[in-house]
Amino acid sequence: MSRGANSTKESVEGSGIKASRSRLRQAAVPYVFLAPFLILFVVFLILPLAYALVISVFADKLVGGTVFVGFENYAQALGDPAFWGGVRRMIYFGIFQIPIMLGLALVFALLLDSGAAWFTSVFRLGFFVPYAVPGVVATLIWGYLYGPTFGPFSQIADYLGLPAPAFLSDAWMLPSIANIVTWEFTGYNMIILYAALQAVPTEVRDAGAVDGARPWQIALYIRIPLIFPAILLTGVFSIIGTFQLFNEPSILRANAPGVITSGYTPNFYAYSLAFVNQEYNYSAAVSFALGAVVVVFSYVFMLVTNRREVSA
Amino acid sequence: MAATPTRKAGSSSNILGSRLVVTAFLLVFLTYSLLPLFYLVVSATKDGAALFSSFGLWFSSFDLFANLKAVFTYDGGVFKYWLINTAYYSVLSALGAAFAATIAGYAFAKFHFKGRTLLFAIILGAIMVPPTALVIPTYLLLSKVALVNTPFAVILPSLITPFGVYLMRVYAEQSVPDDLLDAARVDGAGEFRIFWSVALRVLAPGFVTVLLLSFVQTWNNYFLPLVVLNDPNLYPLTVGLTLWNSVASGGGGAQNLYPLVITGSLVSILPIIVSFLFLQRYWQGGLTFGSLKD
Repeated sequence: MSRGANSTKESVEGSGIKASRSRLRQAAVPYVFLAPFLILFVVFLILPLAYALVISVFADKLVGGTVFVGFENYAQALGDPAFWGGVRRMIYFGIFQIPIMLGLALVFALLLDSGAAWFTSVFRLGFFVPYAVPGVVATLIWGYLYGPTFGPFSQIADYLGLPAPAFLSDAWMLPSIANIVTWEFTGYNMIILYAALQAVPTEVRDAGAVDGARPWQIALYIRIPLIFPAILLTGVFSIIGTFQLFNEPSILRANAPGVITSGYTPNFYAYSLAFVNQEYNYSAAVSFALGAVVVVFSYVFMLVTNRREVSA
Repeated sequence: MAATPTRKAGSSSNILGSRLVVTAFLLVFLTYSLLPLFYLVVSATKDGAALFSSFGLWFSSFDLFANLKAVFTYDGGVFKYWLINTAYYSVLSALGAAFAATIAGYAFAKFHFKGRTLLFAIILGAIMVPPTALVIPTYLLLSKVALVNTPFAVILPSLITPFGVYLMRVYAEQSVPDDLLDAARVDGAGEFRIFWSVALRVLAPGFVTVLLLSFVQTWNNYFLPLVVLNDPNLYPLTVGLTLWNSVASGGGGAQNLYPLVITGSLVSILPIIVSFLFLQRYWQGGLTFGSLKD
């Protein structure tokens, strides 16, 4: 470390070499600060992605071993009913689950922000608690709650003389998973929207109230448009999360092995391909194909919602 | 809120009525949010027989301590290792991730350098990369360097938090005044000393937020350890508990494992819930910053 006296002497003498060396050192500082993160970023994010991309254009052949096959794996994925079955299932899932979850989150955020209830801080905290529960544990608990033998819902139905609700049956599995996801993430999304609402300057909110607008009008025409970017953010994250669904189906498989097939979700399919079938190359291609699907859906979502924002 | 005296009695009772309705509505969702946790606590106090025979949402026998003892002694006390492993992976990952994110975020916020905009755009783009898409190629690469089935396989990939860098950049821009840094520079302090002894102190709340978020992320992680570990003694709680659950669901007299899965689940979420309740403001701080800029 150069001390103060040292640097004054430098500037007085105006030594060209010294000055340029210290300027060089100065210029290197931000890169040194970035180095720990960037090294990890390259090794554990860029490199795996690049590696997956490379292996996705190779295949293990009985004759000739691992050979370059170009887009053959991608072509196979595009024609793979198991892959598309999973994608279609996730689209179904998202069409119902995302609006319900984000709608609830938005309503709660608006209500809590406007102070339209008592004990708002208790609700805010209570709604957020499920987010602190690991997805694995949340799924285990809901799996037991859904259980046909000792699940409380079955017990209540039994007591009332009704047939046990078949939460884990083929027809009900997707709504049952949607419920777990909604339980986990409504509070999280609510907090993001609530924080955005809190950041709105008080003068802006009060402007509507002074004009004598009704609370729902203020919400619809002033507060919601103001936090539109935050709503968009939660929407994109929800779409990405939906296509990535893995924990819930893979754990519920223990409870209902017949219902959850290896292609139940695209991500579960990629996992099964890699670790059950040892088809690493094809699995990588499926992962990238899924990534492309996610990008397309996120992009379409942004396009549609942005147009709505302009026309509003 | 104090009602203004000029307000008519009718409208204030209207307000009271709507408050009542809104509060009741919120109470319904609060019940939904807490019911599974209540069920978990109730079930953790039951032995295997009571779990099947008594009503799920109310207490019956009280065997919490017997269950806890069983959780910690079953299968040679493997749960103890899961708990220690989880804590070990989470603490190291969180410290490393928070440090790397803080120093990088500070560099983005306080220095002008070549490639800054591009680098930051790439890091922001990485927030969108699904972590699960990385796990399989990460496993393949780690197996090439014989790191699979070691603690490093869980810790190292958990050290990158692009979202943390983004948070710390926003935080450093808002909280570290340039005057403070310039004053330290005039005093002749080197950039590293300025970071350590001046900036880091101001950045501490943001650092804690990233620390907490990474800690919880690693504590709750399932997919990565499931893929990169196959020695049960190295498992974290999430993978261990699902192992017990699938054994229990497999039947064949293994159903006595259910109380262990339930009680073990309760033990596994306690540290997170407690940290969440006590460090609330840091959690919410992170999410607030995240939504401000986007």
